[in-house]
Amino acid sequence: MMDALPTAVFDVQRIREDFPILSRPIRGKRLVFLDSGASAQKPRQVIEAMVRCMETSYANVHRGAYWLSEVATEAYEAAREAVARFINAPDPREVVFTRNSTEAINLIAHSWGRHVMRPGQAVLTSELEHHANLVPWQMLRDDGKGIELRICRVTDSGELDLEDLAQKLADGKVGLVALAHMSNVLGTVLPVARIAQMAHDAGAKLLLDGSQAAVHRKLDIQAIGCDFYVFTGHKLYGPTGIGVLWAKLEHLERMPPFLGGGDMISFVTLERSEWAPPPAKFEAGTPPIVESVGLHAAVDYVTAIGMDAIEAHERALVDHAMQVLPNLPGVSVLGRAQDRGGVFAFSLDAAHAHDLSTLLDRAGIAVRAGRHCAEPLHARFGVEAGTTRASFGLYTTKEEIDVLAEALIKAREFFA
Amino acid sequence: MFDDLRDLYQEVILDHGRKPRNFRRLEDADRGARGDNPMCGDRMELWLKMSPDGHIGDAAFQGRGCAISMASASLMTETVKGKTPDQAKDLGAKFRELAMTGTCPHCDGAIADDMERLTPLSGVHEFPSRVKCATLAWHTLNAALEGAKEATSE
Repeated sequence: MMDALPTAVFDVQRIREDFPILSRPIRGKRLVFLDSGASAQKPRQVIEAMVRCMETSYANVHRGAYWLSEVATEAYEAAREAVARFINAPDPREVVFTRNSTEAINLIAHSWGRHVMRPGQAVLTSELEHHANLVPWQMLRDDGKGIELRICRVTDSGELDLEDLAQKLADGKVGLVALAHMSNVLGTVLPVARIAQMAHDAGAKLLLDGSQAAVHRKLDIQAIGCDFYVFTGHKLYGPTGIGVLWAKLEHLERMPPFLGGGDMISFVTLERSEWAPPPAKFEAGTPPIVESVGLHAAVDYVTAIGMDAIEAHERALVDHAMQVLPNLPGVSVLGRAQDRGGVFAFSLDAAHAHDLSTLLDRAGIAVRAGRHCAEPLHARFGVEAGTTRASFGLYTTKEEIDVLAEALIKAREFFA
Repeated sequence: MFDDLRDLYQEVILDHGRKPRNFRRLEDADRGARGDNPMCGDRMELWLKMSPDGHIGDAAFQGRGCAISMASASLMTETVKGKTPDQAKDLGAKFRELAMTGTCPHCDGAIADDMERLTPLSGVHEFPSRVKCATLAWHTLNAALEGAKEATSE
């Protein structure tokens, strides 16, 4: 079913050939795509799998007693099994497909936060979160359920302040710790196994937002020891419109549904309904069928390359960027975490982030400018006006970082 | 590398972006509004002091943002001084057209000189994502003139 996959040897030029968009000139220049942290480009293997699904094996799932529907249902459930293997989940029933990470976190805030947590308990999140892992908890706090919201501090170097975390866990009132596995601004990778231990010792569950981390690291949610893990397809070289919520089965069984509708019930009369068991309980309505096939192909794609090989490639990129970017005139990079992934937010003294990104665009370089859905973090580091962010994917090369560096020097001259 | 961007970042824009004019708080202002571009973080506060005959006697602003948004606010405060509210709103409407299309077919006659002063910003029309940077100040002016407290050009 799959096309020939790349071999285990990491050959970035060979990998780049899998991504049709990378050979498309932008404004007459070679595209230097450094915004994979916002959304990654798609390999031919994903694109073709989705087209093939629609051309040959598409129908609604879990419904029709006819061949096409059975084939589509098999493909959808095979995607769930592939995702379970990808994160080392013990049971595919623990994998719920959502629209994206944001929806997955909202699902937990609604079903766990509003119905399993008790008044007087607290949610503990942090200053380095994407808004997706902050706003749902503010909404929960303001919902009259008596749930408190605590915010763990970040150190000046951009690490989670573990002493502050311990202090805020100490009274045993925290029911849920909700943290990014990797910051989408600072690049910081949190010591999640240690945090899981701390949370559990204090009687709290741990939710990790893996939107960034799932792309860059080999994932083993059992080794981490968390309770909930979420990530999104489109940053993992898969399509938009599909995300993943993984949770321990015992948690999913305790949680009421998030959305009501078809496919999530075992029995319905006009008076009442009984919920289907997980994961169907959380997948009301027609799910992202074609997208699940795309996500499956994406997971197969990165697995065939090898997450360890991807991580090694990205470590080399991060080392190179750390040597180059902070030493450029007028450039200051946000965050100095020991363990960091391929995300670099920086300021250039001569130019506002938006002016800079307009200039870089002219050089064919795509970066993100602004606050990257992390306003409180930008306030924390005194850069309310925003930063420019370069984020890497498995197709990123050292040469592209050098192209960025040269453009930053020229941009500073331009605005001087 | 960036020579073709001199149309967008003309010297007058860079100059006003670096050293915005009327960049101060107007303590005795009788109208004011805040302007926000929540997506990009640009933010400004605008104050107007009306003269007894109903003209804009003084205009000043403070804020943070890109060179385009700061230069636009700076040029705007210079341009609207001495105008009636209706004249200022008319200039704003014409300026938005200029920013979005790069041309202004009805910008001759009495307002020709004022529009010429704003013309360096016309280059933004080639950058759809930056048009709102140039128009934020004018949205904020409208809000101030109409007694609203906040404006956004999102």
